[in-house]
Parts: sequence; structure tokens; C-alpha cells
Amino acid sequence: MEEKLKEFFEKNFSGAVLRVDEFRGQLSFYIRKEFLLDICKALFDDQDLEFRFLSDICSLDWLNAPDEDEGRFEVIYNLYSLKHKFRFFIKVRLPADNPEIDSLTSIWCAADWLEREVFDLMGITFDGHPNLVKILTPDDLEGFPLRKDFSLTYEMPRFSHNKNENRFKERNRRTENHEYQSGAAAPGHPRGFAR
Amino acid sequence: MNINLGPQHPATHGVLRVELELDGETVIKATPHIGYLHTGIEKTAESKLYYKVIPTTDRMDYLAPMSNNLGYCLAVEKLMEIEVPPKVKFARVLLTELTRIKSHLVWIGTHALDIGAMSMMLYAFRERELIIDVYEACGGQRMMSTYFRIGGLADELPPDFNEKVEKVLKRMPDALVDYERLLTDNRIFRNRTIDVGKISADDAINYGLTGPSLRGSGVNYDVRKANPYSGYEQFEFDIPLGANGDVYDRYIIRLEEMRQSLRIIRQALDGMPEGPFRARVPGVVLPPKEDVMFKMESLIFHFKIITEGFKPPKGAVYQAIEAPKGELGYYISSDGTNKPHRMRVRPPSFVNLSALPKMVEGGLVADVIAAIGSIDIVLGEVDR
Repeated sequence: MEEKLKEFFEKNFSGAVLRVDEFRGQLSFYIRKEFLLDICKALFDDQDLEFRFLSDICSLDWLNAPDEDEGRFEVIYNLYSLKHKFRFFIKVRLPADNPEIDSLTSIWCAADWLEREVFDLMGITFDGHPNLVKILTPDDLEGFPLRKDFSLTYEMPRFSHNKNENRFKERNRRTENHEYQSGAAAPGHPRGFAR
Repeated sequence: MNINLGPQHPATHGVLRVELELDGETVIKATPHIGYLHTGIEKTAESKLYYKVIPTTDRMDYLAPMSNNLGYCLAVEKLMEIEVPPKVKFARVLLTELTRIKSHLVWIGTHALDIGAMSMMLYAFRERELIIDVYEACGGQRMMSTYFRIGGLADELPPDFNEKVEKVLKRMPDALVDYERLLTDNRIFRNRTIDVGKISADDAINYGLTGPSLRGSGVNYDVRKANPYSGYEQFEFDIPLGANGDVYDRYIIRLEEMRQSLRIIRQALDGMPEGPFRARVPGVVLPPKEDVMFKMESLIFHFKIITEGFKPPKGAVYQAIEAPKGELGYYISSDGTNKPHRMRVRPPSFVNLSALPKMVEGGLVADVIAAIGSIDIVLGEVDR
């Protein structure tokens, strides 16, 4: 099956494949983003391969990774052939500014929600998606939670409705003054009495 | 007319809101709104050592915690190339099949309750209690067991394990007959479910449906058979298939699946091999507790695994398992550090729910409730 797929790519899309990766018995093709829609259509229609099942779409953020210059974001399409019981991955790297890629909703209805989720959490735009709106996070949450520069801290998340509230300024001041670090691990902690 | 179904309605199985556009009683358009339970589990996993992610996976599909554990552990084992002992494989299969029954029992109870058969809820939860007893004996907790570890199990199987599983095996076949007597030929139930929420095989594949919802339409795809994991190739069982793809077919399939699960449990219990309950991979898999107490090296490894964790090679793996709701997949990407660079969960409920509009549009409002019940969603998993 691996051979068949490689042959398929070589025959029809030799210019599109950047590299082929095999890890733990899983095959992934890194492709140029312009060819994504054509490749998926061809895989879907191919009488022999029959990749009719889009299992998943997910995304990675390679911020500050050694190979970030290849493109900060990576979108991964998880395709499955029910006929051959075979799974492989199509991976596309996207640049940091304005990451954009063609939508697959014209081929698979499953892509609808999966792409919306990637858009919501990673901030990647899908061209030609009929209804690209947020799906999991509240409408007024700012930023994209799965990006590496969206910090996971105890800070109150910023929403547009509380952006200008004083508590953010206050919180920043408190941490600057190291209020919690003067002797006690926290207010009320027994260690505080020692000082 | 527009009406809101949910989010705080018991028939929506959690906090699902469906915006319905109606013409009289006919549904013109249905738009599910989700995200009320979004807790960012995928993001949380990025800041935890590989070991410490396991408890967060329980919280996604809280009706089938063992399946979630299994998917994650298998994915990390694939990444680290760990081969687990045969006993672990059997115990895992046994426990995940119990989980399947447990999850289906909650489904049959709530689904029947939604469409008017009130008493089913009580019976289903009565039998579920037996399985929860097994959970409690293993992991110490009734729901969030967190019993699986990378490379094996958390502990040896409890001494009264066989006895407790036998109890389930003894009770369940009769219970299933009772359920069938209550529902299968029940005229009200049949009227509410046959030819309701239909989806064709091609559409089901196109929407990415998996699990009983896909097999209800007659598509033979079960990860346990198609790409066996954790030793499923050693067990004999059948995959029930539907033909019409309606709510009734999905009901029949889940009932039959419970029977098949019982078959697998029987085989696993009888053929349970002797051996260690965890693989021995120094520096990656936790050493047994007795060794930690008496051997210096084991103590050091234990300490290092808990504080530093282990560092998988750079790369990404995907492991799919057949959870009670469908194909549950974990995509784990490692950048060579001791924490996952990214953990993506392919949630079966999320993808299955996206096909809801297709099932209900053109039908009646009352059918929406039946359809939601039949695709068996858990909002904890949909939103993660």
C-alpha cells in the first residue's frame, strides 16, 4: 500500500511533494499548500485507492523550533481508506503571518467542524469554507489558545468585555511588588509567621 | 419559528444547544452550538509530563474513562516503542470491553428515557453498578479510574477481580433479554425510532461518522477488526451491522455490541496469562513498587520518571482505538522534550455530532431528541 501511494504521488503530483516521512510505520507526505485540494480530490476519486474517509484535521505550532523557517504552522490531514484499511497523513506547513489554506468542505462534510476547530484554536484561515466561525471558545475570547505564545497561566483570560477592567492592571502591579514572595508562600501560609 | 433546544435540557445529554428553525413541527434547519464545556485539555497536556496527562484523559469521555486511558497509553507506547506483556494486553481488553458495556448502559438508559421509556434508566443503572464495582476494585475510584499506565497497569489486578467480573458476566445476558423485552418490540419505541434520523452509508462516511452510528448505516468499519491494537486479533467476536441507518438500527447494534463485548470478556478472563502487570523498560516505565522499596536503581528510576519524565524521539504518532462512541484517536507530536509538543484528540462524539443536522433536517422536532440520543454524544468529549 505504501508503494502504491508513493507511485500515485510520483505519477500525478511529482512537483507537489516536498518530502516523505516515515515514522513508527506511519507514512506522511509534506506537500505544497497550493496542491492540497487537487490531491485530496484525486485521492477521493481514485478507483483503486479510495481515500473516502477524512478522519481528522489538526494543527501544530512550531514557534521557536529549529525548523520554524519551514513555516510556523503545520496542518495535518488524517486520511483513511476503508477499502485498504490504511491510514496516512498529508502535512502542510504554513507561514507565521496570515496562515491560510484551501478548505476541504467541498469534498468532505466532516471537514466543516474540524476546520472550524482549527480556525478557532490555532487561528488558521480556510479559504472557501462556507461558515468559518468559532466553535469551541466564546465569541469574545481574544487570541488562539493552542498557539505556543498563548500562555497557560493562572491569569484571568482576557475577553473583549473585560479588557479595560482594573483588575488586570492591579494584578500586574501586585506581581511586580512581589507581595506574595515576602516571607510567606501565600497569605495565610504558616511559614509567614516565621519572619 | 426559531427555538432553542438546550443547553440545560436533560435530553441534550449535557450542555448542547441546538438552534432549530421550524415550519410548524418540521425542522428546516438545525444548528448545534457547542463549547460550553471547553476546558482546554489539549492545551493542558502540553504543560504536563507524559505520565501526568493520563488523569486528564479520563475527564473527556467520563462515561468511558478506560478507553480514553488506553488510547493515550497506546499512543505513547507507540512513540516509545514499548512492547507490553501479554497479561497487560488481556487485562486492558477486558477492562475496555467492560467500559463499552458501561457506556452503552448509560446510553440505553438515557436514550430510552428521552423518548418516553422511563423505567429503562433505573434498570440500566442497576447493572452499571456491577461494572463500577470492578472499577472501584481496580483503580480505587468509581468513575475516573486512571488505571492504565504507560507500559502497563497502575497495579496488579485485585484479588477479587475474577469474582467481580463473573458477577457481571452472570447478570448481563439476562439483563439484555429484559431490555429487549421492554424496548425491541415495544410499539411506542418502534414508532419513535424506525425511519427516524436516517443517514445513508455514503453520507455517513462523508461526515466522518464512526462507531455504532456508522455501522448502523451498514459500513463495516471497526478499528478493533480493521487495525487491531492491544491484542484484539486474538479474540473472536462479530461486528453487528445495520441496514437502514436509522435510530432503531443504532439501538439494535449497540445491544448486540454488548453481547459481543461479553464474549470478549469471557475469552479474556479465561485466557488471562500469568506475568508482570507492567513492562520493564528502565527509565521509561515505572518500576514495581516492591523494587522501589528495596532496590537502589529502581528507586532512582522511579524518582527520575516522576520528576523529569522521559524524552521520546522527535516525531509524531497517531493511535486510533474503538471507543464506545467510535474511533478515538490520539495524535501525539513530540519535539524531543519531556512534555508532549502537542496532543490532539480525535473525539468521536465531536465528529458524530457534526452530522446531526443531516439526520434531523426535514423531520419533526420530537425526532431531534431521538437522533441526539442515538448518536450517543458526551459533551465532555465534544468540547474537551
